Amino acid sequence: MKKYKLEWWKILTIILLYYTVIGGFLIPVPRLHILNESIRMNYFHVPMWFAMMMLFTNSVWSSIQYLHTQNTSFDDKAVESLKVAFFFGALGLITGMLWGNATWGTFWTSDPKLNNTAIGLLVYSAYFVLRNSLEDETQRGRLGAVYNIFSYVVFIPLIFILPRMTDSLHPGSGDNPTFRLFDTAHNMKLVVYAAIGGFMSLGWWLYTLFLRLRLLKKAQDEIN
Amino acid sequence: MKSIKLLVLINLIIPSIKLFGQSTDKVEMADVLRQDGKIYTVVFSLVIILTAMIILLIRVDRKIFRLEKQEKKSE
Repeated sequence: MKKYKLEWWKILTIILLYYTVIGGFLIPVPRLHILNESIRMNYFHVPMWFAMMMLFTNSVWSSIQYLHTQNTSFDDKAVESLKVAFFFGALGLITGMLWGNATWGTFWTSDPKLNNTAIGLLVYSAYFVLRNSLEDETQRGRLGAVYNIFSYVVFIPLIFILPRMTDSLHPGSGDNPTFRLFDTAHNMKLVVYAAIGGFMSLGWWLYTLFLRLRLLKKAQDEIN
Repeated sequence: MKSIKLLVLINLIIPSIKLFGQSTDKVEMADVLRQDGKIYTVVFSLVIILTAMIILLIRVDRKIFRLEKQEKKSE
């Protein structure tokens, strides 16, 4: 009889999240104009995108494997991974809007990174519509996988390449440095990396939970 | 004459030093919040929320684990 045991990476997730919340508020940060204390948003806003990208990448990888092997278990992985990724993307947008309101003065600017992320997430949202509109399971899986790959290929240039080619309010675009801003702030790096790791593994944890629920539901449907 | 020139020079330099000091030192941070110790309230409430979320997550994790076990048995 196997007993329930918390895996090591789940324990690590919990520790990293606690460190992010406690250290994120109490460890000193550089004093910068305009940003002021909102510089701590870096601990919570940025990891959302990292978690999202990891899960989108996992999803597209599963879709490729599904097309390659026609094994439906990969299709399940792709769907659930994409759902959790979308969730983190939405959280990233909302937190970004709050941060933007505090530092740039408005919830939304025509900053290329903002618009392109919104476009990318909209492209991804069509994935769910496409899937739900198809009845046949293999057709649904195949078209979903192809569309997922298409969305990923569109998403990468939208958020990683195009914003860097023009001026943007975000760090890392135009003449703006990304991590050079924090070169002197060793304290911040400690928390940022912990936060990124913590939220990424939290995303993975949620994804595995949804995937297992989906498989259970499938097994139950087969019995009934 | 020389001393007057020097005085004028010093008079010109000192205010600029003061101004320079002002422009770099006064960045508003949540210092008052920390002085009052209220930031710990925020951190504490966030820790409570996080703890509740983690407990929920672990409970769901365990429930799914049990269901999976049942599923295996019934097969």
